[in-house]
Amino acid sequence: MSALNGIRVVELAHERCAFAGKLLGDMGADVVVVEPIGGSPTRAHEPFVDDVPDPERSLSWWHYNTSKRGIALDWKQPAGRDALVELIDRADILLEAEDPGVLADHGLADSALTEAMPRLIHVALTPFGPDGARSDEHATDLTILAGGGPAWNCGYDDHELPPIRGGGQHGYAIGCHYAAMSALTALVHRELGGAGQRIDVSMHAAANVTTEMATYNWLIAKGNVQRQTGRHATAFQTMPSQQVCADGRYVNTGVPPRTPKEYGNLLRWLRELGLESELPEAIFLEMGAQKDEIDMSLIGTDDETTAIFGAGRAALTLIASRVGAKEYFLGAQRAGLPVGVIYSPEEAFEDEHFKARGFQVEVEQPQLGRAIKYPGAPYLFEKSPWAISRTAPRLGEHTDEVLTEIGVDPTPLRAAGVISTLE
Amino acid sequence: MSARPDKPNAQALAGVRICDFTGQLAGAGATKWLAAFGAEVIRIEDPTNEGGWDILRRVPPFVDDRRGPDFGGGFNNHNVGKRGITLNLRTERGKELLATIVEKSDVVTENYAAGVLERWGFGYERLKELRPDIIYVSNCGFGHSGPYVSFKTWGPIVQALCGLTFTSGLPDEEPAGWGFSYMDHTGGFYMAMAVLLAILHRKRTGEGQWVDMACCEAGLTLNGPALLDYTVNGRPMRRDGQPNGNRSEWPRMAPHGIYRAAGDDEWVSIACRSDADWHACVSVIDEDWARKVEWASLESRIAEQDALDDHLHAWCRTRDKFEIQRALQAAGVPAAAVQKPEERIERDPATAEFDLWPTVHHTKMGDVRVDGLPVRFSWTPHSFTQGAPCIGEHTEEVLTSLLGLSTEEVAALREEGVV
Repeated sequence: MSALNGIRVVELAHERCAFAGKLLGDMGADVVVVEPIGGSPTRAHEPFVDDVPDPERSLSWWHYNTSKRGIALDWKQPAGRDALVELIDRADILLEAEDPGVLADHGLADSALTEAMPRLIHVALTPFGPDGARSDEHATDLTILAGGGPAWNCGYDDHELPPIRGGGQHGYAIGCHYAAMSALTALVHRELGGAGQRIDVSMHAAANVTTEMATYNWLIAKGNVQRQTGRHATAFQTMPSQQVCADGRYVNTGVPPRTPKEYGNLLRWLRELGLESELPEAIFLEMGAQKDEIDMSLIGTDDETTAIFGAGRAALTLIASRVGAKEYFLGAQRAGLPVGVIYSPEEAFEDEHFKARGFQVEVEQPQLGRAIKYPGAPYLFEKSPWAISRTAPRLGEHTDEVLTEIGVDPTPLRAAGVISTLE
Repeated sequence: MSARPDKPNAQALAGVRICDFTGQLAGAGATKWLAAFGAEVIRIEDPTNEGGWDILRRVPPFVDDRRGPDFGGGFNNHNVGKRGITLNLRTERGKELLATIVEKSDVVTENYAAGVLERWGFGYERLKELRPDIIYVSNCGFGHSGPYVSFKTWGPIVQALCGLTFTSGLPDEEPAGWGFSYMDHTGGFYMAMAVLLAILHRKRTGEGQWVDMACCEAGLTLNGPALLDYTVNGRPMRRDGQPNGNRSEWPRMAPHGIYRAAGDDEWVSIACRSDADWHACVSVIDEDWARKVEWASLESRIAEQDALDDHLHAWCRTRDKFEIQRALQAAGVPAAAVQKPEERIERDPATAEFDLWPTVHHTKMGDVRVDGLPVRFSWTPHSFTQGAPCIGEHTEEVLTSLLGLSTEEVAALREEGVV
């Protein structure tokens, strides 16, 4: 049985909260996503199947709306609002990301929601919270990550180049992770006998506390970190940690070898590749391997330690110049060195490790009449597994089904133009 | 209106006990969230190296000149509200005590490398023997199965493997990556969700379970549309012109970027979601180049985005980043200064309003500000008061109150090197 079996979620379709709904739906909640009659604006988000723009071909919509049912309902009209209230009244969780004040303007203030429905968990995801000094500001994923702190950390040693936003809507993802954690926490409280409640999640605040040492370095030591290519932004300059390999691809070299065992492993790998004779410093690897311990704090003062450390880096540089990034990654990890190949998303998707763990999930896609591969589970539950229980809904696909379930007759609503149904 | 079943300011997770082996941020972040909502989190650490597995216990930043396992600023930040005990699991008595703690716990959490807890004698099978409905959540880079099960990772390695380092950069440059352990944060999110989901499952079915989390896989799921573009359209992200994180291909927007403002390393982000946004932007810029007729349409702005960006860089270069933010926001256009830590922590009302930097009391460090939580619960608010535990700070308290040992017995265990 799925972990959220029987939990009902009403989600008001919005680009800011779609991923939170997926997180709950893929764990078994019955998520009903409520779209306007003309469809959610996110159906216009690229990429499209075969690059043909169409509300039923948005791969973005397909991804963020798995395991949901969908209805098309204009809740900004009174009759639609009444139907939505009926739907919410039967739900455990209301998930929405409307701009501040929009719900209240349409008869959906707290007095009509959590105050009238004591078991309801209402999760409101907004850029800056519902009622603060910046709550009326406009935001996108980019401006959230820029104003909220993550972008300051990301970029290049060359500060003529701008700070970088990591691609892939991570500002929204961070907010949605907090929204899902909040919903689940409130749900546990309710299952333990407690009440429902309203929860506000600020995406800007969420980004602010998702910056690791950039924040606590300021809080504790009043230090401003500086961005550096491919490695942690810190208050001081650190050594480069990315290396280009023989195939032009990059690896993250992690922490250079530090222990005698690691030097021994590195030397063995160098020999396996037949490269020992090309590295005059190999002798220092051997010295490192034979020592009882190596005190890295002596780098720069003790000649032998400095030479050993330098030989480790030189060996890794030489190897990288001769092998591809994937081979470098495998060889180094087998030598006990924690390095990472910098994969593009599709290269990671095709990696044998993730495939072996079942990460590629085939799902029958009705629009295509064939199965396609989706990214799989973020976590492997032994008893209540993650699953894509259905593909993203077509517009109005479940309007009649859902309304009928809650005892609302769809016919007059359709006649009044308040709902639409997939033909 | 029907009556609410409990009182406001209740603790959402009161009564949930977690036997916690987590550390760094990828694990500790998860139990920080759970502790903030009232779960009883008992950190188990090794007395022989003073909890040295969690390197954050000893590394900067520091509040003053004091050093040692109780002075790491990051450790305090990630472990507020938890209790900490030491147990030497190399001793039989240490193992017995841990067994009793597991029997009395709902959840066991850890983010060691795969197999470490099993080597200590506390693999999932053993945990189940001790408590049949135990919830066990493990989190490591590659998970507990598969060809790379023995490989080692930390935050930046996870980000490299799962595609996130690659997608953060500019075309024809090496990857910029994330500049912090983003996947440590995110791994913690999934770990917290895993604990909560497993608690819900157990509440309905009585079943415990093992959740095997591979942080790389959690990260890989965050590439959703790019992966479908690959599996459906056959289009890889590794191609000319990609990646370009500061532009927006999905959905298509232009202008969309981070532009240099007046001053030293000052930047501002601007995103025009629509032609209307661009029209509003033009009214703020109020210069001839911006009124170019063709640029009224998205297609043209995308086709000439390099030229558009050059103009915007030049326009922003002479203006204050916050002034640009104010002017564009007043016109309805999303814009935000790239804020430095000091700016967003000390001067941004939107972080203060969420009480985002609460002060906790650490037994040795004193009062220290930490990362708060970006949420407000109307009925069961979170709270932070106590800083992270010093090494073994709660050993006596936990062993006497939870396990029923006497003060003398605890003193004897200390003599024997068990705690």
